[in-house]
Amino acid sequence: MIDVAVIAFAQMPNVRAETVRNEVEMLMPVIADVRAKAGLTQADIGFTCSGSTDYLSGQAFSFVSTLDGVAPWPPIQESHVEMDGAWALYEAWVKLQLGDVETALVYCYSKSAPGPLHEVLSRQLDPYHVAPLWPDAISLAALQARMLVEAGKATEADFAEVASRSRRNALTNPNAQLAWDTAVADLLAEPCLVDPLRRSDCPPITDGACAVILASGDRARALRQRPAWIRGIDHRIEPMALGLRDLTVSHSTRTAAERAGVGNAPVDVAELHAPFAPQELILRESLGLADHANVNPSGGPLAANPVMVAGLTRIGEVAQRIMDGTATRGVAHATSGPCLQQNLVAVLEGED
Amino acid sequence: MSDDPVVLSAPLIIEYPFSRTTGPVIGAFLTGLREKVLLGIKGSDGTVIVPPTEYDSFTGDDLTELVEVGPGGEVLTWAWVREPMAKHPLSHPFAWALVKPDGADVGFLQVVDAGSPEAMATGMRVRPRWAAEREGSIHDLACWEPDV
Repeated sequence: MIDVAVIAFAQMPNVRAETVRNEVEMLMPVIADVRAKAGLTQADIGFTCSGSTDYLSGQAFSFVSTLDGVAPWPPIQESHVEMDGAWALYEAWVKLQLGDVETALVYCYSKSAPGPLHEVLSRQLDPYHVAPLWPDAISLAALQARMLVEAGKATEADFAEVASRSRRNALTNPNAQLAWDTAVADLLAEPCLVDPLRRSDCPPITDGACAVILASGDRARALRQRPAWIRGIDHRIEPMALGLRDLTVSHSTRTAAERAGVGNAPVDVAELHAPFAPQELILRESLGLADHANVNPSGGPLAANPVMVAGLTRIGEVAQRIMDGTATRGVAHATSGPCLQQNLVAVLEGED
Repeated sequence: MSDDPVVLSAPLIIEYPFSRTTGPVIGAFLTGLREKVLLGIKGSDGTVIVPPTEYDSFTGDDLTELVEVGPGGEVLTWAWVREPMAKHPLSHPFAWALVKPDGADVGFLQVVDAGSPEAMATGMRVRPRWAAEREGSIHDLACWEPDV
C-alpha cells in the first residue's frame, strides 16, 4: 500500500441559501484556499475528483461546467462521482495507490436552496415501490428512530442530548450554519415534527462546498509538516429495501470500521455524518465509540448538512485537527442513502 | 433574404423519454396489486420478502418462488406526519409505516390512514384499502387502515 495523507482542507461557510453566487463562484475561493494551504497550483495536481448531484442542479453533467472553478487548462486528469465528496476522496485514494500520480484535489458542492430538497432526495429510492409515494427523509429517519426507542436502545431524551450538544459545539465553529445553546429539557418540551422526531433532531438545509488535497509518501511529508495519514478507509452498502435491514444497527458501518482498523488504537476525535440525531447513537455503537467524549466537535451535520458535502467535511474536520496537532488519531464517517444505507469510515493519524 | 431579423426558437422539455419493463418478479407483484392480491417471494433462507425481489440481497441468488401473502398485516414501526408535504399520498395527517403482511417475514414502506397518532401502535393490525381504479402500480394499494 502507498501511504496517502490529507495535507490541506478548506470549506465555504455553510449557509441556508446561497442566492447570489453560482456553483463555480462558490467553489473558486474554496479551491484557491485549499491550494494555497498545500502550496500547490493546479499544474502540480496529478488527479482531480469531485462529488455533486445533477438532481439538485436540474441539469445533466452539471459537474462539467463546475470544473471552471478549477480552471482545467492545460487539460487535467479528472473524474466525478454522483455521491458525497467522501466517495470522491475514496476514488482519489485508489488513484494514488496506482503510483503514477502523487497529489490529488478533491472537492464537492451543492445548492439545495433552489429546489424542494425532500422531493429531490426521494428520487434515490426504489423507483417501483417507494419513490412513487414521495416519502421524505425526515419521515424515513422517524421510522428508524421509533424502532430504536421501542427496542430499548435509546430515548427521546438521548436524541435531544445529541441535538443540544451538537449545536453547542457549533458555537466554536465559524463555518457552522446552526449554533445555539439550549438545554435538553427545553428541546424535549418542543412538539414533534414527524413523531417521534422534533425539529431539533433534524439537520438544517444547507448550501456549501469544501475541498481536500491528498498527497502520497514523501511528497506529503515535503508539503506539510504534519500530514493526516489515511491509515484505513472502507465503504459498505446495505440492501435498498428498508424492510430487509435492522434499522437499529448499522452493519455496513461496523464492517467498514473493522476493515479500516478503528478499534486498533485509541481515538482522540470522531466526526460522524449522522444527519438525524438518533443516527449518531447508532453510529457510535457500530464504531465502538458508544461513550466517546469527543464526537462531532464541529457540530457535525446537525450544524450544517450540505448534500454531497457533509461527508467530506467530516474527513476534513478530523484531518484539520491532526494537521494542527490537537489530535493524533481520529475517525471520520460519511453516509449516503436513507437511514444510513451506505457508509464510509476512514481512520486518520498524525506521526510524531 | 428579408431584412427582418429571424429569431429561432425551439421548445425545451426536460424528460426521461424511455420506459422500463418491470420483468417477471416486480411485474408479477404490480399485476397482483391490480387484482387485489399481494405477492412475496421466498429468499435463499426461506424468508418471505415483500415486495418480491429478483435476487436475494444477501446471497445474490436468483429468486423465483412467488407466494401470496396478506391481505391483513402488522405495523413494525411508524412515523406520524402532522403536516403532509405536497406530493405525499394523503393530504391529511397520516402515518408512514413498515407493514408486514401476514405470511411475510419483512415489512415494506406503506401509508396508514389512522386519523390520529393515538390510533397508531407498533404491532397493530392493518388491512389494505385498494384504489377504485387499478392499473398495475404501487398506487393500486391506496393505503392501509386500522383493522379493529
